[in-house]
Amino acid sequence: MRLARSHVLVSIDIESVASGAWEVLKRLKEEISRRGLLEEIKVLETGTLGVTGLGVVLAVYPERIYYGKVKPEDCPRIVEEHFLKGRPVQDLIIKEEVVRAVRRDLIGPMREQKRVVLENSGIIDPEKIEEYLARDGYTALEKALSLTPDEVIAEVKKSGLRGRGGAGFPTGIKWEGARKASAMEKFIICNADEGEPGTFKDRLILEGDPHKLIEGLIIAGYAVGARKGYIYIRGEYALSLHRMHKAIEDARKYGLLGEDILGSGFSFNLEIKEGAGAYVCGEETALMESLEGKRGNPRIKPPYPTVVGLFGSPTVINNVETLANIPAIIRKGADWFRTMGTESCPGTKVYTILGDVNFPGLIEVEMGTTLYEIIFGYGGGIKGGKKFKAALVGGAAGVFLPESLLNVRMDFDNLKQYKAVLGSGAILVMSQEASIPKMLHSVLYFFRHESCGQCSPCRSGTRELYRISGHLLERKGKAEDLNTMVKLSEALWYSSLCPLGQSLIMPVKSALENFREEFLPLVQ
Amino acid sequence: MNEQIVIPENEQYQELREFIAEHKNSKGALLNVLYKAQSLFGYLPREVQYFISRELHVPPSQILGVITFYHFFRTQPVGKYVINLCLGTACHVKGAADVLKAVCKELKIDVGETTEDRLFTLSTARCFGACGLAPTMMVNEEIYGRLTPLKVVNVIKGIRERELDR
Repeated sequence: MRLARSHVLVSIDIESVASGAWEVLKRLKEEISRRGLLEEIKVLETGTLGVTGLGVVLAVYPERIYYGKVKPEDCPRIVEEHFLKGRPVQDLIIKEEVVRAVRRDLIGPMREQKRVVLENSGIIDPEKIEEYLARDGYTALEKALSLTPDEVIAEVKKSGLRGRGGAGFPTGIKWEGARKASAMEKFIICNADEGEPGTFKDRLILEGDPHKLIEGLIIAGYAVGARKGYIYIRGEYALSLHRMHKAIEDARKYGLLGEDILGSGFSFNLEIKEGAGAYVCGEETALMESLEGKRGNPRIKPPYPTVVGLFGSPTVINNVETLANIPAIIRKGADWFRTMGTESCPGTKVYTILGDVNFPGLIEVEMGTTLYEIIFGYGGGIKGGKKFKAALVGGAAGVFLPESLLNVRMDFDNLKQYKAVLGSGAILVMSQEASIPKMLHSVLYFFRHESCGQCSPCRSGTRELYRISGHLLERKGKAEDLNTMVKLSEALWYSSLCPLGQSLIMPVKSALENFREEFLPLVQ
Repeated sequence: MNEQIVIPENEQYQELREFIAEHKNSKGALLNVLYKAQSLFGYLPREVQYFISRELHVPPSQILGVITFYHFFRTQPVGKYVINLCLGTACHVKGAADVLKAVCKELKIDVGETTEDRLFTLSTARCFGACGLAPTMMVNEEIYGRLTPLKVVNVIKGIRERELDR
């Protein structure tokens, strides 16, 4: 095999596909072949390159040149000028600072990102298992199978990994709970029903590095004693579904899934289930109901899933990002993992930065990075030189944080002090021009729409909150309405069955407390 | 209910019957069966629900309960193009509400309705995870991003013209 002179990585993800990535890819290959460069220039499909909002993105190595907003008709120019004559097409190059913001791991240590779960995303072709194998893929599985399940759990416990779905429960302890439960059958579920508005971190793992997730799931299965795993992916993620199906098939061919994996005697199978569009199914017990083919109504806890879970059997349910951390922890050890992040929350966290920032996108940084660093360092500050007003952190079920809290170090425990949560890792930034009451109204609309209706506090409470907030916006509200909203959200916190109703207290209280001056004119 | 439900015998029902027979014994098969049925019929009318009930041995009430729970399943026929407009937080910040208004005005329907010519059905969605393109919508399987009231009207007009040319 001849070594290519340059590699072109074409980002294939929902965003780029919507901007015409398939057409660009086709045209690019045609042009390269027409110019007789097939041997010299290799075109590779990969997951997202981390740049968002710039259409179809290409990265050329070893030159480290990123092209953005590429259209099929630009391809002849890129091939002729850049690949033939060695002159990069200046007007299509993405500004260095934008690329630096999202790919510091590759471009130079201005402000470094630590990539663990996204280490391969945007580098390998996610549809080729060989590329994952070439980057130490499945070596963690081999190592795990040489240990006892208890040793695997001990390592995960020692690493201090906490669930990345939002609640931050220690993963090792969850696994241990299910391992100790006695039952004929146990299950592992990967929660990939990523529905929190403004969140797409899991999608990038599913699309960009599906084998990492599979490896994490098999290790989890081995540790817990499960022979069957499910990946519950939301139906809207068509590309994720396609890539995961392909990855499972390939892993099976290589003997990494199925009977007697790698000759260890351990057998494990994976099945993909497609969600049918219900936000509440992201809640673990609702998700299990849905997997059982029923309405996704949350169950009353306890008993917890590790004792009575899917089909009544002990079940571990983990978020995509959590499981994607497992291979690296097993391969490099808990001590390595603990060198990143904070004492109580080791490791990294993936964030999606959106809204009024200069460089919206996705980053993976150490736990404990401040909100200021994320918004002004990685996000490039507020668009148009405007002033920062608020950040909605953690998705719709998140908290409106004001400027005074920009220096908060972001991890599960630190945020708790400020009655905030890390949640899904979505950070929606609002400039001085945004209206918090309107934003809150939109959040309440969302909850009213997504309340499953099983328990009455949530069913009625979400409606009532939405109604009051609408009244406020129409200036029909009364002064006591503000307090009523807070009290209602508190009532929901105490009495709702599941986190959907319970979490409303966060956006409602934080908006009304931190930005009260914006609500007062509405009730005068 | 005394209403007699007549289930026609045709290829689609035959295919569904075979699918159900194949999945009958796997746990939690109902959702898979409903997915299959909707892909065959385009929606899930009462006859199909009863058919599934009979073949899968699940009460009709439970089937309707599941169908009405999930946004994906429909009991009414839909237009050839289903427009799903995202109203998630990121899209909201970027002006999704104005885009929605423009769509309603252009199609002369409300959310959840279908145009008289059966070409369009309008519905709304939560996040598609394509927030970098906000505001977004999906028309059947295809994503459109960075919408403005003007742009969205042009997309709709484009589809109409394409349909007229056929």
